[in-house]
Amino acid sequence: MLIAVVSLSVMGAVFGLGLGLAARFFHVERDGAEAEIEAMMPGTNCGQCGFPGCAGAAEALIAGDAPASCCPPGGLQLAEALAARLGLPLDASAIQPQRPRIAEVREDICIGCTKCFKSCPTDAVLGAVKQIHAVIREACTGCAKCEEVCPTGAIELAPVPVTQQTWVWPKPVSA
Amino acid sequence: MNTPAPLPTHSFLRRLLQRWGAHPEARKHPAADTDVTVLPLPPRLILPLAQHIGAPARPLVQAGQYVLRGELIAEAQGAISAPLHAPTSGTIIGIADVPVPHASGLAGPAILLETDGRDEALPAEHADPFSLEPAEIARRVAAAGVVGMGGATFPSAVKLALGQKNPIPTLILNGGECEPYLSCDDRLMRERAPEVIDGARIILRAIGGERALIGVESNKPQAIAALRAAADGIADVDIVEVPSRYPMGSEKQLISWLTGREIPAEGRSADIGVMVQNVGTAAAIHRAIRFGEPLTRRIITVAGGAIRTPRNLEVRIGTPLSTLVAFCGGTTEPVARWVMGGPMMGLSIHSLDIPVIKGSGGLLGLVEHELAALPEPGPCIRCAACVGACPIGLMPLEMAALIKNGDLKASVEIGLKDCISCGTCSFVCPSQIPLVQYFNHAKGELAAQGRNRMKQDAIKELVDARESRMEREAREKAEAAERRKAERARAKAAAAAKASAAVQTNEETTA
Repeated sequence: MLIAVVSLSVMGAVFGLGLGLAARFFHVERDGAEAEIEAMMPGTNCGQCGFPGCAGAAEALIAGDAPASCCPPGGLQLAEALAARLGLPLDASAIQPQRPRIAEVREDICIGCTKCFKSCPTDAVLGAVKQIHAVIREACTGCAKCEEVCPTGAIELAPVPVTQQTWVWPKPVSA
Repeated sequence: MNTPAPLPTHSFLRRLLQRWGAHPEARKHPAADTDVTVLPLPPRLILPLAQHIGAPARPLVQAGQYVLRGELIAEAQGAISAPLHAPTSGTIIGIADVPVPHASGLAGPAILLETDGRDEALPAEHADPFSLEPAEIARRVAAAGVVGMGGATFPSAVKLALGQKNPIPTLILNGGECEPYLSCDDRLMRERAPEVIDGARIILRAIGGERALIGVESNKPQAIAALRAAADGIADVDIVEVPSRYPMGSEKQLISWLTGREIPAEGRSADIGVMVQNVGTAAAIHRAIRFGEPLTRRIITVAGGAIRTPRNLEVRIGTPLSTLVAFCGGTTEPVARWVMGGPMMGLSIHSLDIPVIKGSGGLLGLVEHELAALPEPGPCIRCAACVGACPIGLMPLEMAALIKNGDLKASVEIGLKDCISCGTCSFVCPSQIPLVQYFNHAKGELAAQGRNRMKQDAIKELVDARESRMEREAREKAEAAERRKAERARAKAAAAAKASAAVQTNEETTA
């Protein structure tokens, strides 16, 4: 028994030390541009772009593998900023039609399982076990991670409601 | 900062060179010819919480509660906001989303009040403004819920507070009323000139001002005469006639005409030592300070080709528009468009259930021939009529072209933020291009983008906070496990030592 405990502890310590040293000595200095692009992204690592997180998307953008409009939560504004920064062509029509959407809880079928609450990268879902959850609109980016994990379909993305404070004069259609 | 003294010789030339503006038909009669009539109390008042620029007021009453006239029913929240008071006595029915005056046509929250007809008032505090400290005047104006009555509805006390930091030498009272049809300010100046003059002097005291100029358009000679009579013997108030031209009643235009100074781009009038208030606001401040009366009533012009007897009414805030129309004898012809406010900057409304709010200067029932025939907008012929007409000196055609192509940034660079949305460019455009609508759209879009940016920044902080929390939790968990392990090891070691000691003593005894 004692031998087993000691040997496992020693192995753990050796591997831990090895990992720690490897992290220090084999540290990959990231490209400045990549870090800059990543800082522009929403940072929720939601994966809607199809790349492994915002860092992956930044890498793909720099390599030219992704269009400037690849980030749905960033919307038109981010696409424009990315296109300007990287000199990419921007196909605004790829993102224009979708109005910004955020999560909404259907209170009649929410079972209070806290799965969405745990998966939310921005802490936008408020709730506790067996309590109906709610979404803090100001904190939701519409990354849809909660939608995937909900066992009852009680949380889903819906267009942001227009209020008097957020309403904008429509653009004149012709002329 | 010096008092901007107009230079008579140069001002003539300067004014001659100001060619901006347009001359829409005034159509102020017959509404301007009859005395202001007090509208009887309607059975129900609708009091929207957002009657001013800034944060909506927060309701303080509950359904079933009995309130008296002048009682606070919703308080200001935030730095730029205004409270709301009960315009008469009665019972609160509730708070609900109802149609309210807003360009979007969206419903908004409002307090509904059933009037009891007794019109009982809270005891009010009378005061002599000239024994009050300037800061106290601003505080009382804020408490009375006074906002800009000319239509902009900016909380007046916020403006007065600017004068507490740096005295503002010149006050300009805006009696321009350059919008066609409207005559509520005209009637106010004619019938209640002493109130306006007194209001001007109270504001002067509040902002540390030296003199007040009241600018009135030349098409209101009786108002000018009444004001001059009321200001007789008062040294620091002057009444100045200004030409009738749209948009003379805009803050920037009136300042430039009367003082020869221009507000810097994206600046405020206080930056050049001038403050502009509407004449109606001055009268409201007079009542708020002298008689402790909160802003719960206003004068509104009901006019337009379809109205049987166009006139000016004094109404309680919250009165449904349908009551006003019924009192004016209803309509004689089918109404092509109902407009709240003036025809140039007012908003088209689709229901008469919406109420009069603090900034409502007019209700117009317009018939077909009063409206511009609106064929499909033609192409821009680059005639530059809009450039000549723009009172700010912008290039509306260029700005609109940029916005049409989605280049909002470039339109800001050529002055979009200085546009006052007066609509003169659209009015003079021979191709009927809805220029001002482009600018309103772009301004709203830019504001939305700003809000979105702020949201994204706030969310980034949330993500960082969550990440560091997760890390901390993992670390704490690992540390706790470590501790437990160490404890177990210690206990085991102690047990082993004990056991070995026991063995030793055993051996010793056997030896």
